Amino acid sequence: MGNFKETFTTPLLKGNPITVLVLGICSSLAVTVELKGALVMALSVTIVTGLSSLICSIIRNTIPNRVRIIIQLVVVALMVILVDQFLKAFESTYAIDKSLSVYIGLIITNCIVMGRIEAFALGNKPLPSFVDGLASGLGYGAILIIVAFFRELLGSGTLFGIRIIPEAAYAAGYVNNGLVILPPFALILLGCIIWIHRSIDKELQEK
Amino acid sequence: MEYISLFVKSIFVDNMIFAYFLGMCSYLAVSKNVKTANGLGIAVIGVLLITLPVNYLLDTYFLKPGAMAWISPDFADVDLSFLSFIIFIAVIAAITQLVEMIVEKFLPSLYSSLGIYLPLIAVNCAILGGSLFMQQKDFTGVGESAVYALGSGIGWYLAIVCLAAIREKMSYSNVPAGLKGIGITFITVGMMGMAFMIFMGISL
Repeated sequence: MGNFKETFTTPLLKGNPITVLVLGICSSLAVTVELKGALVMALSVTIVTGLSSLICSIIRNTIPNRVRIIIQLVVVALMVILVDQFLKAFESTYAIDKSLSVYIGLIITNCIVMGRIEAFALGNKPLPSFVDGLASGLGYGAILIIVAFFRELLGSGTLFGIRIIPEAAYAAGYVNNGLVILPPFALILLGCIIWIHRSIDKELQEK
Repeated sequence: MEYISLFVKSIFVDNMIFAYFLGMCSYLAVSKNVKTANGLGIAVIGVLLITLPVNYLLDTYFLKPGAMAWISPDFADVDLSFLSFIIFIAVIAAITQLVEMIVEKFLPSLYSSLGIYLPLIAVNCAILGGSLFMQQKDFTGVGESAVYALGSGIGWYLAIVCLAAIREKMSYSNVPAGLKGIGITFITVGMMGMAFMIFMGISL
């Protein structure tokens, strides 16, 4: 079981998909204006990575090496269609699906999914691959939620749409930071997260 | 005139990197020197320019709700739009494979300098993102989708070459240990994004 624990915790910290492997950056920056969207995105990616790693690992011995990319893409696209249709099916999630616009579809090309399949699922048994996929999705989700937390709090003064910064503060002259909502800030915030992560874990620093 | 404004808009205002963060992964990974960045940028323009019109035709004549009415009136209420992800990615993967074979045959020097990055264009979000945005934008013809493809490809090319140039210079500077490599690159891209934001208010 110790092996399982390692498989699960590595993608969360030492091999975090975003801050260490630098995979799946596109969506992590675009969907983090609000916590709600970020949470839905994090869950969707976790489900897609977990299940597609599982499926690709089950069929890994029957995939011819030359066409493996296309087969992986088909598996991933299937999972994404399932998630997308699921989100569209309920009224409460339909609005979120609309606000995430193309980014749900772009999970297909999210490098984390393909990266984990290529690097792990094709060489390991189904169960560890499933755990690895889930954990990678969660590691991605954790960063997403940290970024979204700061962006929503500083940019709109709310968390999950609930007002956190009191009206009195606005009356006293506090203004929401407009830059935080704009795309470039997400990059700078992510740069700072990487800085903190690598200052704590000195092994990760680049020479 | 419409074409020109769409073209300029897709390069600067709706820049794939700075406005939508599409194709970030290869953007960060391949921008260490100008030469490879140049090659990848051109390959992206090429693949976008082929895949977008093809996907546009597929979308208009097969996937949209009621798009198949031209085959027979019985199909008028068929809606295949839920298949668009899988069709688009299949087209992109196939065309990337084709481009790879053509480049290998006719431009072997470019092929060896691009190496692994050529097949990876298939999973470049900018390509699939282009197709998905095209679906949302309701273009009126193949021409418009081709102009949009060219514009957003050039926008991507511009962004990657700029970043590669900055990173080449930056390799001589003294960056804090924790920020070295990818950390400082993120912050640089953020600042370039801020500079690009001046185009956002422009309406053409």
